[in-house]
Amino acid sequence: MCQMEESKVVSKGLTLYYGSVPAVRNVNLSVPERSVMALIGPSGCGKSTFLRCINRMNDFIEEVRVEGQVLIDGQDVYGPQTDVISLRRRVGMVFQRPNPFPFSIWENVAYGPRLHGVKDRRVLDEIVERSLRGAALWDEVKDKLESSAMNLSGGQQQRLCIARAIAVEPEVLLMDEPTSALDPMGTAKVEELVRELKKSYTVIIVTHNMQQAARVSDRTAFFLMGELVEEGPTREIFTSPRDPRTEAYITGRFG
Amino acid sequence: MEPLNIRKHMDQDLGEIRSGMMRLGAMAEASIRGGVAALVKRDRSEARRVIESDDEADQLAGWLDMSCLEFMARYQPLGADLRAISCAIHMAVDLERIADLGVSVAKRALKLIDQDPIKPLMDIPLMGERVCAMLDLAVKAYLNGDEDLARELCAMDDQVDDLQDRVERELLMIMIDRPATIAQASALGEVARVLERAGDHATNLGEHIMFMITGRRVKASQFRRPLGDRS
Repeated sequence: MCQMEESKVVSKGLTLYYGSVPAVRNVNLSVPERSVMALIGPSGCGKSTFLRCINRMNDFIEEVRVEGQVLIDGQDVYGPQTDVISLRRRVGMVFQRPNPFPFSIWENVAYGPRLHGVKDRRVLDEIVERSLRGAALWDEVKDKLESSAMNLSGGQQQRLCIARAIAVEPEVLLMDEPTSALDPMGTAKVEELVRELKKSYTVIIVTHNMQQAARVSDRTAFFLMGELVEEGPTREIFTSPRDPRTEAYITGRFG
Repeated sequence: MEPLNIRKHMDQDLGEIRSGMMRLGAMAEASIRGGVAALVKRDRSEARRVIESDDEADQLAGWLDMSCLEFMARYQPLGADLRAISCAIHMAVDLERIADLGVSVAKRALKLIDQDPIKPLMDIPLMGERVCAMLDLAVKAYLNGDEDLARELCAMDDQVDDLQDRVERELLMIMIDRPATIAQASALGEVARVLERAGDHATNLGEHIMFMITGRRVKASQFRRPLGDRS
């Protein structure tokens, strides 16, 4: 692809099998650095599976076999030299449902940096503040950092999870339907945040909400039955898609 | 995979917008046809009919605009649906303007009715015919999603421009020859210019329709002969 040089994440001929069944087939996709890529497609199309290939979350599933490559800054994440722990630090993930740990807000955000060896309380305080600010949550929680994360609203919990993800300073953020469990206000805040996050990170977001993809992403990739059907600037995918299957999907002719 | 139920509602609403557009197209055509007929036949009641019917076209254009906004708010359309709505919003504006231009012709017809004609009108009725033919093509191209018809319509504007040229030149000769005709000749020249503008709006329709069909913005000029090459 033309923007290969500036691409942060590149998949080359990526195929993933569950047993003998391919769930993702021969996907070639380049994600430019500091941009938002939306992955859309009907349930079971392979978009979440593809997303999970990027930080090797599928390693946890037995019977999964991956062929092809996922390159981050040109380095194959499936290569023998890749350390999975450091890969997951570089590639953070936010899930469908907010999943804060049953600790205080402060401890949730400090958890990752501590795991990676940061012990100085002052440094940790700085990281917590910077991450919570980065997740647009600081003003709402700065006076109750010691209270339980479980008392936050759903939208706040999801932003806390984003703060937790960015606390270890990842380069890539994977988001798997991050607003599907949130109300419209919580959704709006997370979407606003995604647009802000791309100034520092490369964001890949799976969403079922096409309007959301249209609002937050620079480029959009449409998956169908394990294949990447079409990828391009979001503006073009949603106004004049090239492939009739994309057209049929975005106009609700199947789904 | 089954089509979604919401799709049926979208298609139904799009269908209503399309039939509204068909009616507005017919009104615009009737306005131009009526305006020119009033001028040619010196028919006062026809001119009044055209002027009075303009409110109806305005109302329909307003209804179409609101329906498109409502469609966007309700369904947040994408792809072909988004282009269809964008096209409809633009078309309603151009068609409403064309209907207005028919009224302009009718108003000038009323002024000229009591005067002795300086010449038999030949090319002005032809201009009206061409504009009406363009409108007819526009409605067909829009309803059938026919790109070829839209191109054909854009190319037709050359004929309207040629006729206008011919009318203006002829009127100029008459004015030089018989200065007493200047008032009426300039009024007829204005009518030709109004019809030429109607042709331009009809050409816009072709552009909107081609965008709706192909997803690419095209300029009508690429289907017309090169500039300065008037025959």
